[in-house]
Amino acid sequence: MSPTIITAPPSSHFEEQVAPALMVRGYWGNVLFRLRHDRVTVFFGFILLLIILAAIFAPLIAPFDPYKESVIGRLKPFGWRSHPLGTDELGRDLLTRLIYGGRISLLMGVVPVCIATLVGGTLGVIGGFGGKRVNTVIMRTMDVFYAFPSVLLAVAISGAMGGGIANGMIALSMVFTPAMCRIAETATTQIKNLDFVEAARATGAGTFTILRFHILGNVLGPVFIYASSLVSVGILLASGLSFLGLGVKPPTADWGLMLSTLRQSIYINPEICALPGVAIFITSISFNLVSDGIRAAMDVRM
Amino acid sequence: MINYIIRRILYAIPIAFGVSVVCFSLVYLAPGDPLQTILPSDASAETIALVKAAYGFDKPLPIQFLKWLGHVLTGDFGESIATRRPVILEVSGALYNTATLTTFAIPISFTMGYVMGAIAGCFPGRVLDRVITGTAVFGVSLPNYWFGIVLVIIFAVQLMALPATGMGGSGSADFNVFRWADARFLILPVITLSMVPIGVIARTTRAAVAEVLNQDFTITLRAKGLSEFAIVRHVLKNALPQVLAVMGLQFGYLMGGSILVETVFTWPGSGFLLSKAIINRDIPVLQGTILLLSLIFVTINLVVDLLQSVIDPRIRRN
Repeated sequence: MSPTIITAPPSSHFEEQVAPALMVRGYWGNVLFRLRHDRVTVFFGFILLLIILAAIFAPLIAPFDPYKESVIGRLKPFGWRSHPLGTDELGRDLLTRLIYGGRISLLMGVVPVCIATLVGGTLGVIGGFGGKRVNTVIMRTMDVFYAFPSVLLAVAISGAMGGGIANGMIALSMVFTPAMCRIAETATTQIKNLDFVEAARATGAGTFTILRFHILGNVLGPVFIYASSLVSVGILLASGLSFLGLGVKPPTADWGLMLSTLRQSIYINPEICALPGVAIFITSISFNLVSDGIRAAMDVRM
Repeated sequence: MINYIIRRILYAIPIAFGVSVVCFSLVYLAPGDPLQTILPSDASAETIALVKAAYGFDKPLPIQFLKWLGHVLTGDFGESIATRRPVILEVSGALYNTATLTTFAIPISFTMGYVMGAIAGCFPGRVLDRVITGTAVFGVSLPNYWFGIVLVIIFAVQLMALPATGMGGSGSADFNVFRWADARFLILPVITLSMVPIGVIARTTRAAVAEVLNQDFTITLRAKGLSEFAIVRHVLKNALPQVLAVMGLQFGYLMGGSILVETVFTWPGSGFLLSKAIINRDIPVLQGTILLLSLIFVTINLVVDLLQSVIDPRIRRN
């Protein structure tokens, strides 16, 4: 990585006047520069930020109580009595429930990816850096889990354990760990054989120093990019589990669960019934496009 | 070549073994005693011991596993708790119905995805590429169960042009794809199932084609004076092994991952059977279905690997 000679000034107005070729930034400066000039990524990143903020501050911005039912106001259309997105099958405000639903859906999609990145990444680095026997044990075990179609494995584990948020997150973590482990292992083996690691060892660096200063920094890039692309899959799978009844229990608001209960009412008010899916779709496509943007900006080939 | 095939098949055996270990242990992931569902809550200690012995739960785990494996290898997957029918009958019927869906979804999604990806990869940065890449991101991010519901809303509820769910009046036993009255039921599930693989394969193909186009040998081909068409043919052939690997994964996704789509369309396939088994806490059916689907997946991946090595001999040397 080249040293930072001129860091990008904080004002973006200034940047437009300076030709990019004249600027010499560090690696991360370059990544940030490219990200900020990628309009698609910035736009969907902004949407994503809105979704996440809405989920965090749900009690402050939601117009109604998510559990307040109404016998007369069931499945009402958009804009009915100040319910902007109508009401669900128990007369609860749909916009409120969509805002609250994001909390569970985001949590169930993001947490397993973090766990898998930690566990899979660590196992992968150990497998790649360790001896042949360690590698065989770790990677062949991962191959077994890799041999299941991902949706099937998630459904099998959480179905056998009896559903629930915690079990769902465990199941999804187990689905993502093998792939994460493979990425980390491949990266580690590639870097381990490069000359500069050899040079470090020749100058007397210990295993820990080599891992910490030479391997880790080079493995984190691909691992991080892969993890960011997994979040969208995580959101889809998590909502899928809830859709099958393996996620939260009613009356908690969750996009997958809402979609599955509202599905019974497509003959009464179809527009309302499709809304939770729209939320899942927008979130997942935003994560996907932001991840694509990050990958292009970091310019790492997978 | 023969060596490679044998090595690859031998490698699949421990994987299949590991898969069966995972499926076997699913019973023990279930909260509480595996016998909980069978025994009455006030059963005496003697009855419990008796039933445990009858089901073989008093033996150590490895012995239990070997006995179970022996049964499985002879096609005995136990009995469904919900219907009291042998699991193998339930699963094979359901697998047949899933296969009906996939026989249509696979050719559609694989050819469409490959063609779209190839076109986009040949014209990187052009309008056509942008359109295709955008569509592909759409497909990859789509919650397909929701897409199925939307299709039902449009074509079944609003337009009343196509049936919403099921396999038709004659049921799954008498389903005939060549009869229009039955084939109508296939249209929406097949479209729904195809969306995600189209997106995934188009993205992979685009990346692979663009990468191969950047390699030096395409310059040589062009320098030799080959027509653009001939160059593209070379490039597509070189990109194929990478795409095949993803197609194998998508095949498995279509066999096993159709659980959500089948639930939306109440299509009586393996996925629908699974979701019923989860609701009924029918662990033998869950176990049997997952084991069979995963073994099919392992076999598909084996076939894909062999195909790859036929197309690209370099793979064999690693």
